[in-house]
Amino acid sequence: MSTTLLRNQTSTPPTGGRRSRLTRNQRPAWLVPTIGIAAVVVGAAAAALVGFNVALWAVFSAVIFLVAAPVAVTAVEGRRKGADSLVTYLVYTAFILAVVPLVSVIWTVLANGLPGLNSNLLLTSMNGVTGATDNAAAAGETPVLGGAYHAIVGTVSITFWATLLSVPIGLLTAIYLVEYSRGGWLGRAITFFVDVMTGIPSIVAGLFAAALFGLLFGPSTRFGFVAAVALTVLMIPTVVKNTEEMLKIVPNELREAAYALGVRKWRTIVKVVIPTAISGIASGVTLAIARVIGETAPLLVTAGFATAINWNSFSGWMTTLPTFIYYQIMTPTSPTNPDPSAQRAWAAALILIIIVMLLNLVARLVAKAFAPKTAGR
Amino acid sequence: MSTTVTTKKSAAGGKAGDSVFSGLSLGAGVLILAVLAAVALFLFMQALPTFQAPAEDVSGGEGFFAYIWPLVIGTVIAAVIALAIATPIGVLVALYISHYAPARIAKPVAYVIDLLAAIPSVIYGAWGTTVLASSLVPLYGWLAENFGFIPIFSGPASQTGKTILTAGVVLAIMILPIITAMSREIFVQTPKLHEEAALALGATRWEMIRMTVLPFARPGIISSVMLALGRALGETMAVALVLSSGPLTASLLQSGNQTIAAEIALNFPEAYGLRLSELIAAGLVLFLITLVVNMIARAIITRYKEFSGAN
Amino acid sequence: MSKRIDVEHLNVYYGDFLAVDDISMGIDARSVTAFIGPSGCGKSTFLRTLNRMHEVIPGARAEGKVLLDGEDLYGPGVDPVVVRSMIGMVFQRPNPFPTMSIRDNVLAGVKLNSQRISRSDADDLVERSLQGANLWNEVKDRLDKPGSGLSGGQQQRLCIARAIAVKPDVILMDEPCSALDPISTLAIEDLISELKEEYTVVIVTHNMQQASRVSDKTAFFNIAGTGKPGKLIEYGPTSEIFSNPHEKQTEDYVSGRFG
Repeated sequence: MSTTLLRNQTSTPPTGGRRSRLTRNQRPAWLVPTIGIAAVVVGAAAAALVGFNVALWAVFSAVIFLVAAPVAVTAVEGRRKGADSLVTYLVYTAFILAVVPLVSVIWTVLANGLPGLNSNLLLTSMNGVTGATDNAAAAGETPVLGGAYHAIVGTVSITFWATLLSVPIGLLTAIYLVEYSRGGWLGRAITFFVDVMTGIPSIVAGLFAAALFGLLFGPSTRFGFVAAVALTVLMIPTVVKNTEEMLKIVPNELREAAYALGVRKWRTIVKVVIPTAISGIASGVTLAIARVIGETAPLLVTAGFATAINWNSFSGWMTTLPTFIYYQIMTPTSPTNPDPSAQRAWAAALILIIIVMLLNLVARLVAKAFAPKTAGR
Repeated sequence: MSTTVTTKKSAAGGKAGDSVFSGLSLGAGVLILAVLAAVALFLFMQALPTFQAPAEDVSGGEGFFAYIWPLVIGTVIAAVIALAIATPIGVLVALYISHYAPARIAKPVAYVIDLLAAIPSVIYGAWGTTVLASSLVPLYGWLAENFGFIPIFSGPASQTGKTILTAGVVLAIMILPIITAMSREIFVQTPKLHEEAALALGATRWEMIRMTVLPFARPGIISSVMLALGRALGETMAVALVLSSGPLTASLLQSGNQTIAAEIALNFPEAYGLRLSELIAAGLVLFLITLVVNMIARAIITRYKEFSGAN
Repeated sequence: MSKRIDVEHLNVYYGDFLAVDDISMGIDARSVTAFIGPSGCGKSTFLRTLNRMHEVIPGARAEGKVLLDGEDLYGPGVDPVVVRSMIGMVFQRPNPFPTMSIRDNVLAGVKLNSQRISRSDADDLVERSLQGANLWNEVKDRLDKPGSGLSGGQQQRLCIARAIAVKPDVILMDEPCSALDPISTLAIEDLISELKEEYTVVIVTHNMQQASRVSDKTAFFNIAGTGKPGKLIEYGPTSEIFSNPHEKQTEDYVSGRFG
């Protein structure tokens, strides 16, 4: 207590007379902002000593502020308030740290991808594009030729088959879990393993599909449908979990109302429960598509790599946008002039991000716009 | 209306539909269990030749175990780096959303973090190899210069930045949304009564969080970290694109090390014969590791749910 | 149309727990029978066993006989779905299907079973059912609007219209007015008195005034304590139950001295 009194005397000059018990020991409003400004200035100076750059400046300023501000608060308001302010500033710092890479990724994709985003990229394949073509482009003799059309075709076909396989299985499983099993041991087992399936590494799903078709058709069997099976393994748990959540929030009263009218269980499910939950289910499926459309690893081991357009998922190798990006970066078409390949890769990445973001947006809109009007109570 | 209980016209129709439909949905559920079993079974069958092959035929010439263990260690190193970075930041960001940010901001922030999860891994990989790796080079040089006496920072630092530490940082960014999303969900479930009780005792915000939110959420945080670990162990593209791989080394600042997932992705397209089987065997090992990690995480969640009564 | 129900030695269980103990009673056709009693005494559970709706609740089962004009609802080979199409039910809270219009809600029992019905027959059925539920004049101009846009009382009458559109013999009502305001309650009570011209009506209610206003006969259920099964204490003409009960428990309950 005596220390508090002492500190009080030292920190507030007795000119203003007695301060209220309720407001004493409060830090003045200017304290923390001032420390902030000082931290930025000192941080700039410290960074300049080492060799100035913006990142270093930001890091130094942040560290100085994170040390100085809590110390100052502790001095004025005591240890407890000091700890509180330290955590508060840490929380804000963490948030900024989490946003920086996101901004950087999006900026990188936009800055590198926009120049390459043209009709050439969208409407031509890599068929016939060789290192010589790219060397000519790099020398400025021709525009960058070749595009990702074949990869877009592959993405659409493979995702289509994966959706076609996983939606019925996922939907029916969710129906079993919510409407039929009702906490039985089989239901609990399925729930548990669906959760575990969520964690299967995507490359393992790819290996599974490769191993399965390898047993059926001989080793190194690669075509679009094999990749679709791999993506199905990844997609099913998402569809099941989302659909399950949506079916669970359909009020039991609606099921009972239908049963009481002498409606059979399956018709109740098909005509009452699912229509009520359909917007949520649709948005869940869209999110699941968004998740698998960007998968790369399973496609590397199942779909092979093609430079030409292939609409047939059951024969021949296929390329999708993610594998296109991967190969354009890892093995540039012209090893001596990787720039045209990088341009194509970033433009394809931009397309992929736009597709994924659109799918996410659509999922949100669907969930919002078609949410069932609940009874007015 | 002279109907009897056993023969009323309308509703009698569709009785078969009931059993067909329940059979179908049961079948779908069982199919999922079968698929999971099939994943293990087919991987095992295709991996079998590796286990039977003479040691000198396996890559490295010293048998499968000698081939796989550096990869397992590399995988673990990358995952540990990712967790060490992502866990504190992820939990703090979750706290920011649940207890610090004004309600108006919290929702968009949560959305932005979800966006972080939606970006395909290949794009993170591409970003990591072109932007992040080169910008970390000065830091690595500085670390090697000043902390080189610690084995993990021993120099000379890589001049491209394509090291396991960079890969770990990219992985950290990728698993951050998992930790944040799950922790946030549990933070907001903390009973309001407890929080208010703490505040009414004169606790500061941080003391309130330490007294009520963190103890309540501890199992949830642990399981979210376990799930993130599972993801980090199995993530392929970030490592395949970012890491300039090589034999196992202790230094995080030099090129070297390799993870199972990246090893498969990089070598599978050209593999045939025994090499193919080797890579599938490596996949089986990865599958088992992630399976165990995920099962532990799920078990924690399940037990925690029973305690909290939240469903 | 209307049929009588006879219950013989009915026990209801939740798992191993006996919820309703050995009930025997006869419910007259073309009358309103009210079940009253304190919360948890098993009256709603018992009501559900009359059209086998209790089977929807996991672990619930009934033993004994429920005879609908002499036919056992629990006999071998009896399909609960058929039972429910003959014995309709109205629930505590109005539950119109949110994805359907008013018209489709009325036709739900027909349409959900995929029965063919001509447009004019359907129009007839909608009008007759809504008139039967005293709702036609209020909604005839907006039959294609969602049923969830109606007021609570209107929704409940829509649910009654939906139940009578299936042409049941009996209508069970599980506290149909407990979620409604007094004016809507009055409308439903008037409707119940009209419904008994054509249907056997059984109503569970917490409100003793309501029971005395609408019912011809009243059954009082009670429970000895938590964990004990519910029992039928007394069953007789409503006037007798409320003015001159034979049992002490009944008297305590109806005179508000319960507990």
